[in-house]
Amino acid sequence: MTSRRLILATLLATLAPPTPAAAAEPPLRVVASFSILADIARNVGGDRVVVTALVGPDADAHVYDPRPSDIATLARADVLLTNGLGFEGWMDRLVGSSGFRGRRVVAAAGIEPLPADGHDDPHAWQDPRIVERYVNRISAALAAIRPADAASFAVNAERYRRELRALDAEIRRAVDTLPPERRRFVTSHDAFGYFARRYGFTILAPQGWSTDDEASARDVAALIRQLKAGSVRAVFIENMTDPRLIERIAAEGGATVGGRLYSDALAQPGEPAGTYLGMMRHNLATLLAALRGP
Amino acid sequence: MSGVWAPFAEFLFLRRALVGSAILAVSMAPLGTLLILRRMSLVGDAMAHAVLPGAVAGFLLAGLSVWAMALGGFVAAITVALLAALISRRTREYEDASFAALYLIALAIGVIGVAASGGRVDLAHLLFGSVLAVDNDGLFLAALVATCTWLGLALLYRPLVVATLQAGFFDGTRTATLVHVAFTSLVVMNLVAGFQVLGTLMAVGLLILPAAAARQWATRLESLIGLSALIGLAAAIAGLVLSYQMDLPSGPSIVLCAGLAYLLSVLASTLRIRNGRDHG
Repeated sequence: MTSRRLILATLLATLAPPTPAAAAEPPLRVVASFSILADIARNVGGDRVVVTALVGPDADAHVYDPRPSDIATLARADVLLTNGLGFEGWMDRLVGSSGFRGRRVVAAAGIEPLPADGHDDPHAWQDPRIVERYVNRISAALAAIRPADAASFAVNAERYRRELRALDAEIRRAVDTLPPERRRFVTSHDAFGYFARRYGFTILAPQGWSTDDEASARDVAALIRQLKAGSVRAVFIENMTDPRLIERIAAEGGATVGGRLYSDALAQPGEPAGTYLGMMRHNLATLLAALRGP
Repeated sequence: MSGVWAPFAEFLFLRRALVGSAILAVSMAPLGTLLILRRMSLVGDAMAHAVLPGAVAGFLLAGLSVWAMALGGFVAAITVALLAALISRRTREYEDASFAALYLIALAIGVIGVAASGGRVDLAHLLFGSVLAVDNDGLFLAALVATCTWLGLALLYRPLVVATLQAGFFDGTRTATLVHVAFTSLVVMNLVAGFQVLGTLMAVGLLILPAAAARQWATRLESLIGLSALIGLAAAIAGLVLSYQMDLPSGPSIVLCAGLAYLLSVLASTLRIRNGRDHG
């Protein structure tokens, strides 16, 4: 018996990588509320974190319904990363029922929210400069929990912030080529308030901020009047609400249906909009193609 | 009056919504009347729920295609209806109990299907529809179903009326089974078309409420059907106007107007009965 245990121990010792003792700790288990936040956390945490998103790619965080496996994942997690600003209204109940005892990090804490329909607009990640502040908060929180990896988090965060600044400059240069009167568009989900503020767009929406509101005949009529008046050139279908209504509005209002803008969820991994940076570039290209026009 | 029509004149989407719900009102009037007379009002509701898993399956296989979702919904609901009839015959269970059991199973499968689609299907749109988003395919489907309904009723009218008004007349014969299956298929077809326009839950409103309201005013079957078609049409127009003027969701507004017609009819009928007693 003893000899067999000894052999096993020796085997395990040889299998373990010859790294410093600090790095031998397992990666931090991070649960992010939705896919965009998960991507940002992966960029900051690198290989020292394992990130799971509760609301995955192409899924709607406004009407999320937790599965038992989500609660189990959350119960085992070290860190819970949420956006805040009322985006995850379901989170408190989920945390309560999971028995999660790790650390909660609210990425958007401390930013000045835009108002939307009487509450805060939660979609702050549509402005890359605000995402830089998300990055700061996430890397500080990770470093506080795992001081041994703090240096690695800081290096990753600095690299990602540089990419975010490059993205911001790229979007501004591209939008500058668009005459101001063309910077107007319609989308089925007004999640682009922060984007519009940063880059000088005007956005009209046929529905309220939550995707479970149903549009009234008056809302739709008002929108068609606006389109007909010629001040809006393009209508965008967002990646999760009923596209039929938008198509009817565009057909009757004489605007072009400009393709798909991603707002609250990334595309599947591997697709161009499968990461935050990729999603923002995809949205920019889609917007420019529709708004430049003939 | 011109104020009522002005939005319809200005907006194509309102005219489409009106045409779609008008076709449904006319198509559903005879079926709703017969359902009520056969004491099957709640069975209509159960079958509407049973449409859901089939429609979701159609969506998962073929995307947002009116025809795929309609076919899937039809197959699912007809399966539930026939299984319910079979179970109640084999086990002496009441038919409404087996219906309730099966539609709940179907509904659960439908909701799981929606979840399995990873958020690509919006449950609220399936349940409550988007009458403002009716496209050409949705209108064609409704028109096709209305045509089939009235043709089918023309063929089946006599046996159907006998089976409805003289319960037990055909019982146990092959005619009874045939008439029952054909009638059920027509109801399901209408619910499927209605689901494209109003959503699964709201479609039942246009099926049952106008017919229930008409019952307070008429007794002859032909008058019942005609009156319930008129009430359905009026509810469609009033609902869309209400939605436009008061800024309310459109499908529920139409059903609310039909519900208002029903409540007023019930009130008028109770007042009439009381007056009749006073004079008599």
